[in-house]
Amino acid sequence: MKEFLEGSHAIAEVIRSCKPGVISAYPITPQTHIVEDLAQMVSDGSLKSQFVNVESEHSAASVVLGGSATGVRVYTATSSQGLFYMQEVIFNIAGMRLPVVMTCANRAISAPINIWNDQQDSISLRDAGWFQIYAENNQEAVDFHLIGYRLAEDKRVMLPVMVCMDGFILTHGMEAVDMPEQEKVNKFLPDYDPLYKLDPVKPISMGLLADPDYYMETRFAIQETMKESIGYLADISQEFNSAFGRDYKDLLVEEYQLKDAEKVIVAMGSVCGTIKEAVDELRSKGKKVGLLRIITYRPFPYARVCEALKNVTKVAVLDKAVSLGAYAPIAVEVKAAFYGKKKGPKMVSSFVAGLGGRDITLETIHEIFRRLSTKEVNSDFVDLKPELLKEEYGE
Amino acid sequence: MENSPLFKSGHTACAGCGQAIAARMVVEAAGPNTIIANNTGCLEVFTTKFPETAWGVPWIHSLFENSAAVASGVEAALKYLGKKDNINVIAQGGDGSTADIGLQALSGMLERGHDILYVCYDNEAYMNTGVQRSGLTPFDTNTTTSPAGAQSSGNIRPKKPMPEIALAHGIPYVATASAGFPQDIQRKVKKAISIKGPKYIQIHVPCPLGWRHESNQMIPVAKLAVDCGLYPLFEYENGVLIAQKKITPKPVEEYLKSQGRFKHLLNNPEEIKKIQAIADNNIMKYNLKAQA
Repeated sequence: MKEFLEGSHAIAEVIRSCKPGVISAYPITPQTHIVEDLAQMVSDGSLKSQFVNVESEHSAASVVLGGSATGVRVYTATSSQGLFYMQEVIFNIAGMRLPVVMTCANRAISAPINIWNDQQDSISLRDAGWFQIYAENNQEAVDFHLIGYRLAEDKRVMLPVMVCMDGFILTHGMEAVDMPEQEKVNKFLPDYDPLYKLDPVKPISMGLLADPDYYMETRFAIQETMKESIGYLADISQEFNSAFGRDYKDLLVEEYQLKDAEKVIVAMGSVCGTIKEAVDELRSKGKKVGLLRIITYRPFPYARVCEALKNVTKVAVLDKAVSLGAYAPIAVEVKAAFYGKKKGPKMVSSFVAGLGGRDITLETIHEIFRRLSTKEVNSDFVDLKPELLKEEYGE
Repeated sequence: MENSPLFKSGHTACAGCGQAIAARMVVEAAGPNTIIANNTGCLEVFTTKFPETAWGVPWIHSLFENSAAVASGVEAALKYLGKKDNINVIAQGGDGSTADIGLQALSGMLERGHDILYVCYDNEAYMNTGVQRSGLTPFDTNTTTSPAGAQSSGNIRPKKPMPEIALAHGIPYVATASAGFPQDIQRKVKKAISIKGPKYIQIHVPCPLGWRHESNQMIPVAKLAVDCGLYPLFEYENGVLIAQKKITPKPVEEYLKSQGRFKHLLNNPEEIKKIQAIADNNIMKYNLKAQA
């Protein structure tokens, strides 16, 4: 049934339907509405769960780690500095192969402190061994949590999943969302049946020291699982489609008006809504433009990107994050995807936009398409304010 | 000692390691229906080098500073599963991971009221990384990061009062113990797990390598620390001091000269006087003196 909901509330509703036994979180804007709603559900008795209020994100991640290791489905959510404070636990959860699911309400990183949206937080944790799936809208954000638990708890996978949704734009935005019905959720997502757990009936030790004779194979195993999971994601999304009447192709990328496109923007997250509007406008004027939306950033869908862009002449990659001193994060992947390939774009330009909540307008997108007619650029910051770059601000 | 099914022999602790003895006492007292979360440190390293483990109970290590939070998650999951009444949860770590880097997570665990016993194995420095000073390193101790020299007589601060910090959280049980008194450790652990809520036990565990004494002197050195008043053994229930080990105080010098880490003090009566004052204060504060 479609409901008009705030993004955060919709996420809390879908998490309730997934029935996590342990929830732990620490407040950080713009994640707070999600966990406030969950706390209320537990307080009202509509969600039977242990809600653990902790003294930091480091402990929030550690609590869900402990809960998951005890064989219980768990949930946490955070943002920005909170995610960074969790970082060592985030890597640890993946290394221990625990199927934790979390929401990252994407937000800029300090300094300067800034509570508004970009994707620097989760992108900076790209090497952690977590799936990173980016929603364009709140319907996807809701669906991706369900798919996330199925994927994480799949015995072939056993890795954590981070569902990324743009802070404020999605978390605080109101949209009509088709909320999954509980009965269907129960069918699609059966109770968590752990492969191994902390249980006195069958004592095991978890988190052992692996010396150089053993460590490397554990990293290799995660890398292999990530690669194989590209296929599982496609299977699970098909199953999800038939259970809930959606139309996800494979949850790796979305191809929008790519068929005969000559100029294409590659982007990720909610900004793709704006890009689609710009594409529609330009298409109505006969311009052959399109969008390739990255949905799953880890594992990165190299083959799908190559296939989708092989006949495109000019590509602009729009990053809402920056790797200071290097090429922008998504641009690096797109360029790497084509290295050594016979077919591919003649030009891949890279643009950085929307940092710290700077609006990415339709005009921004048109400007990026126009820039594809000039020379190739790398990590070119768009929509900068020249008046703020004057010397008096630099002194 | 016989082999223990809960803490098996064959681990790689140094000979005479006080922490190994104490950890065995703790898990044996708690029994098989126990889940342990362990901070990074000597105990974790010497008991669980893959593919071997010394532990006969479910055991988890995550990071240096988060055993209290991981245990909180274990306890919450057991509550959710309806199994908490039958299973003890223990979080444990060394002095550095308890009093320094893990203090915040521990404070959170104590404040939230989890039914968990936290055990701090206090060997008074970061031994696993090579004897660097911690918040529980005693005054004037020579460590690799508080070295004695022409301008310094070692660690410049007294031990952080961890038992008092735990007590300030209003928890039902706080105790100190010593590897020199293994049965006392077991009695206190049994008592602690019989009480619902957060509990804190801090166990003094000599480290022959870091303290620089012979391996076979572990028990006598531990006893001397108690007998001179530098490591008072006490129990608090619901904020009230209910018991302390009475002593006929020996001079601190006897304890100091038993270990290389205090060797630089032996010709320095001024410094020894300061350390005696710390012991005297403990003796007063906890009413340690045995009746003549």
